[in-house]
Amino acid sequence: MPMAAADIETAILAALPGARVEITDLAGDGDHYAAVVTAAQFAGLPRVKQHQLVYNALGGRMGGALHALKLTTKVA
Amino acid sequence: MTVHDRIATLVNSNDIVLFMKGTPFFPQCGFSSTAIAILERLNVPFEAVDVLADGEIRQGIKEYSDWPTIPQLYVKGEFVGGSDIMMEMFQAGELEQMIAEAGIARSEA
Repeated sequence: MPMAAADIETAILAALPGARVEITDLAGDGDHYAAVVTAAQFAGLPRVKQHQLVYNALGGRMGGALHALKLTTKVA
Repeated sequence: MTVHDRIATLVNSNDIVLFMKGTPFFPQCGFSSTAIAILERLNVPFEAVDVLADGEIRQGIKEYSDWPTIPQLYVKGEFVGGSDIMMEMFQAGELEQMIAEAGIARSEA
């Protein structure tokens, strides 16, 4: 079950207000995305924790509805 | 033994463990394939666990690491990340540094 890019962005912004989210649909199939998330909330956190914040924002959908999300996080 | 204990034993009895889909020779997913390519470039010995061959570990590792996807890399019992983090760290030279600091010797040529 694919997930729309706009839904991914909405979910991330809900959990990380003020973040900048850039999403690319890698394969054009609504199922393989790349996301660059820039957020002040990442400051001082190791990469694993930064990625976990984004995955948690997506609830249980990562690895389920959302098969592939190549994730890059940056501190704002 | 619970799945939590099985995973704890795996990650604590091997210096480097990669939970992946498929095997190092036949990765079954592009992300797992990337992870293997990085470890081979680093030329370090590692234990690969095929989660497709073990449904209990496939589910259990996601909870153990609080990480929703496969592959997952462990170094000295510590969760490092998935393939995106591995690639970022590899390109920055941080993965090589982490392995060196952990005192893990490279494979024989």
